Amino acid sequence: MALEDLYQQLIMDHGRRPRNFRAVEQATHRLEGYNPLCGDRVTVYLKLDNGRVTDAAFQGTGCAISTASASLMTEAIKGKTTDEVEKLFAAFHAMVTGQPVPPDVALGKLSALAGVAAYPVRVKCATLPWHTMKGALSGARQPVSTE
Amino acid sequence: MSAVTAPGTVTAGCSPASRFDVARVRADFPALGQLVRGRPLVYLDNAATTQKPRAVVEALVGFYTRDCANVHRGVHELSQRATEAYESARRTVARFLNATPDEIVFTRGTTEAINLVAQSFGRSILAEQDEILVTELEHHSNIVPWQMLAEQTGARLVVAPINDRGEIVLEELERRLNERTRLIALAHVSNALGTVNPVEEICRMARQRGIAVLVDGAQAVPHLRVDVRALGCDFYAFSGHKIYGPTGIGVLYGKAELLERMPPYQGGGDMIRSVSFAGTLYNDPPFRFEAGTPHIAGAIGLAAAIEYLDRLGLGEIGRHEQELLEAATIALAEIPGVRLVGTARHKAAVVSFVLDGVHPHDVATVLDHEGVAVRAGHHCAQPLMERLGLPATTRASFALYNTLEEVEVLARAVRRAREIFG
Repeated sequence: MALEDLYQQLIMDHGRRPRNFRAVEQATHRLEGYNPLCGDRVTVYLKLDNGRVTDAAFQGTGCAISTASASLMTEAIKGKTTDEVEKLFAAFHAMVTGQPVPPDVALGKLSALAGVAAYPVRVKCATLPWHTMKGALSGARQPVSTE
Repeated sequence: MSAVTAPGTVTAGCSPASRFDVARVRADFPALGQLVRGRPLVYLDNAATTQKPRAVVEALVGFYTRDCANVHRGVHELSQRATEAYESARRTVARFLNATPDEIVFTRGTTEAINLVAQSFGRSILAEQDEILVTELEHHSNIVPWQMLAEQTGARLVVAPINDRGEIVLEELERRLNERTRLIALAHVSNALGTVNPVEEICRMARQRGIAVLVDGAQAVPHLRVDVRALGCDFYAFSGHKIYGPTGIGVLYGKAELLERMPPYQGGGDMIRSVSFAGTLYNDPPFRFEAGTPHIAGAIGLAAAIEYLDRLGLGEIGRHEQELLEAATIALAEIPGVRLVGTARHKAAVVSFVLDGVHPHDVATVLDHEGVAVRAGHHCAQPLMERLGLPATTRASFALYNTLEEVEVLARAVRRAREIFG
């Protein structure tokens, strides 16, 4: 697999200039995630209104893959219901771990991260913000760890 | 830049001045000949573990195909052979460190050796308010066992700082020694930065005050000639796999008079003289500290690795590696955006660096695509990374079989990472 398949234009763009890279003061859900393997940290902020994500943002330090993944995630989940977010999580997780993606879920721009599946050691970079987001939604208080 | 030869087809010698024949050395390591992602493997993750020479692999195969039996027990021929080979390995290690065989305890690795000292020696001498001194650049394995011991005994962990070059500040360390200091635990060579610490001087300071010193030698033994008597330390620990030997075997050197006084670490077979339900008599060191069937093959493999190093000569190896260190330092420092992390005046062949605006994991992935294996992360030294204000670095660590051509491949790969993420 060529390096360019992993580091696609969209990933480089979101890795360099992440969207929704900020704190959300009125967040209803907030959680930290940590990858002890590489020292990456992420904080995910969510604002829920009537079971729908009305704002999503993140802060932290990470590699291009994890930063782009977090950035694309915040874009993707905004406006979705928690049920839809759960489905998206499952589909995204399937995609980056090389499993079949359910046909009824549209991954859209997130498909740019499909190349990660060829790099087992980088899967955790891509999934850290997602696991953190899922933990936040479920009301977890303890930071999420990839290990 | 000069013309680059493919790293798999290295020509004889590293430089005309060196008698060290790196091409011949490489031929001793079967793993080095392979392609990774279609490119010749450039293995620069030697501080994590080293590749193994054929002599080590053959020693393991030899034990398992001919001499496999348990040690110290059987009357039969195979057990005698196994025992002789195992004890001969102990003598080889003793010679290697300038110690006596009864001062050599086989462990699973450096980590277990440090835990052994913490739980046996540390626990028997520490009282509440006593102090254990470590440095800011320690590996987690030389921090956590002491934290656990401090928790158990009420002792305190005191930390000696480093300067921005990544060197221990001796005056600061000395200022932290007092009548409550019982033990100093420090690395001989930093795994993350390559700094060679002034262990001899620190041992001298400790001796004047009656403080025991444990040296974590995991990163030192592959690069430097270690003489525990000349260093003046009380304990010295290292791992077989970082010195071209097998994983799962390591060494604790302890001064005979200290080991003599220390209680066992684990209970079991082989560490006893006699057992009855009324009470048990413990064996003498080093057997007192080797409960259960040891890693016999591992010890034999480690001895083969040490004999291999002795044939090449650690002096020659050191000179060759210093050449690589110098070349890598220059080649990387030339690249715009690269900042070297750890610029101690006395270093082993480890180069840690950050590339401006590019995360070390991304650097390592690009390097991997060029066949270059490095480590990216905190190198199990999170307090050090915090001191340096970095979440992670990329680390290239060299071994006796690396070449100047490989240094060039590394530098080109880092430039490529810069292009991709620039």
